[in-house]
Amino acid sequence: MSVHTVKEILASLRRKESKPSEWTESALRMIEQHDPTIGAFLTVDGERALERARRLDGEAFDGALFGVPYALKDNICTRNLKTTAASRILESYIPPYDATVAQRLAATQGVLLGKTNLDEFAMGSSTENSAFQLTRNPYDVKRVPGGSSGGSAAAVAAGMVPFALGSDTGGSIRQPASFCGVVGLKPTYGRVSRYGLIAFASSLDQIGPFTRSVEDAAFVLQAISGHDERDSTSAPRDVPDFVRGLEGGVKGLRIGLVTGLDEHGVDAEVQAAVGKAVQTLQDAGAEVVEVHLPHLRYAVATYYLIAPAEASSNLARYDGVRYGRRAAGQSLAEMYENTRSEGFGMEVKRRIMIGTYALSSGYYDAYYRRAQQVRTRIREDFEQAFKRCDVIVMPTTPTTAFPLGEKVDNPLQMYLNDIFTIPANLAGLPALSVPCGVSSEGLPIGLQLLAHWWDEATLLRVGHTYEQARGFAMPLPRMGA
Amino acid sequence: MKISEETVRHVAALARLSLSDEEVAHLAPQLSEIIGYAEQLQQLNLDDVAPTSHSLARTNVFREDEPRPGLARDVALACAPDSTDEYVRVPAVLEG
Repeated sequence: MSVHTVKEILASLRRKESKPSEWTESALRMIEQHDPTIGAFLTVDGERALERARRLDGEAFDGALFGVPYALKDNICTRNLKTTAASRILESYIPPYDATVAQRLAATQGVLLGKTNLDEFAMGSSTENSAFQLTRNPYDVKRVPGGSSGGSAAAVAAGMVPFALGSDTGGSIRQPASFCGVVGLKPTYGRVSRYGLIAFASSLDQIGPFTRSVEDAAFVLQAISGHDERDSTSAPRDVPDFVRGLEGGVKGLRIGLVTGLDEHGVDAEVQAAVGKAVQTLQDAGAEVVEVHLPHLRYAVATYYLIAPAEASSNLARYDGVRYGRRAAGQSLAEMYENTRSEGFGMEVKRRIMIGTYALSSGYYDAYYRRAQQVRTRIREDFEQAFKRCDVIVMPTTPTTAFPLGEKVDNPLQMYLNDIFTIPANLAGLPALSVPCGVSSEGLPIGLQLLAHWWDEATLLRVGHTYEQARGFAMPLPRMGA
Repeated sequence: MKISEETVRHVAALARLSLSDEEVAHLAPQLSEIIGYAEQLQQLNLDDVAPTSHSLARTNVFREDEPRPGLARDVALACAPDSTDEYVRVPAVLEG
């Protein structure tokens, strides 16, 4: 197995040592060979991808991702290509329009290979909530790839594509990146347009890349960032040159090490790997300071009121009228209920129920409003912390990838796994997961870095510096048993 | 916070979900546990804390009110499970 970064593919294409169609063919071969085991893709659009790549063969190198194959999480709308959100209710939905990110990547002349598996409507931390299939961790196929963007993470880890996009509402890019040993980036809320992203929790959702290196993440972020008038929450701000910003090192930068994480059950090997990574950054010239996030312990409770509340509202649109599946019913109300009950899986129903309860009369102030107030506190914790440091360091997850089936019957245990990723979404901060080691069982460990609002440049620079200095390459996944 | 099966049925009706008896029995203890976990937010003193609904404080975003092409009707209707040439069709809303 040989895998390549976006940078390597671009360099080879630019020097005319290879043709776009060869990269697409080789990616399709990898999918054919490994995806029956891994289950990363819901749709492989092979013929159209080859057609596109062959057309590029005859063209001059142009476009930032010219000829580079990639995949999109299947909650990102693609015109004339099925987009299911891994839900029965959208099982045969073919969007009549492209998400802005899909449009932007097409404009860079990348080659879309297909759509990847996820937890239904991005609700989950293991991809086990997909209505269609399991995705397996390429490092150990008896374990989960993480979620909800498990398909994108596994596809990149397995070398099927050099990059993929996911969405991150409470950790759905960073947690699977950590579990699968790849780089995952959640940009600042508002950096990347959400137009055409099937909404889960609109105040938290953000699209970002999975890649094999931090530098590649900078390439892809550059291509998808920027204001979009079709998403009123996308920020009218200039986009810095992320790739140029990678160099310069960390000398003089202050790294904030979060104290008091022990109470969250951090695995000893995870703790050791993160500690070693902090030492590496210190050796590279960074100054390490301690920071405290007193409301971190309330993040999961806060998130699991706010996100389901927003979801219960967003998912009201699936009523069998304008698109998607419709079930029979004598009356309109019965048709709605039957459609939703047959179309949604158990976790989606659970979250709609939590959200509806938290928003219902008599409980709104006690639950939803209170959660929004704690969200303010969590944001203030970060404001305080960033007075003392430039970048905050934490593990991405308390443990390495857990076995398939282990948490499916215990939703609260599944939710608690998101403790370190949720705060960035509640505050809207950019955050990056970079592989920082492998456990004694051969499972990847992720280092999470968080930076100040809009400062992806510093985030990527610290991540890149660490990656250059860490002194090891991630071992390739075993793929089989 | 113990959430009864009756409450589960009430909330399901609000959310336009029809749950089987099995699902109700399954959800009641799970929702009790999850909402029970969220009870810890009651410990905090939040008297003067403003709620955050959005991490990015933005007010209304306007554009010039100029007509421009939108999604064509036939394209939009092609997504609908049941439609005529001009409309989406649904079961009768009013009796008689």
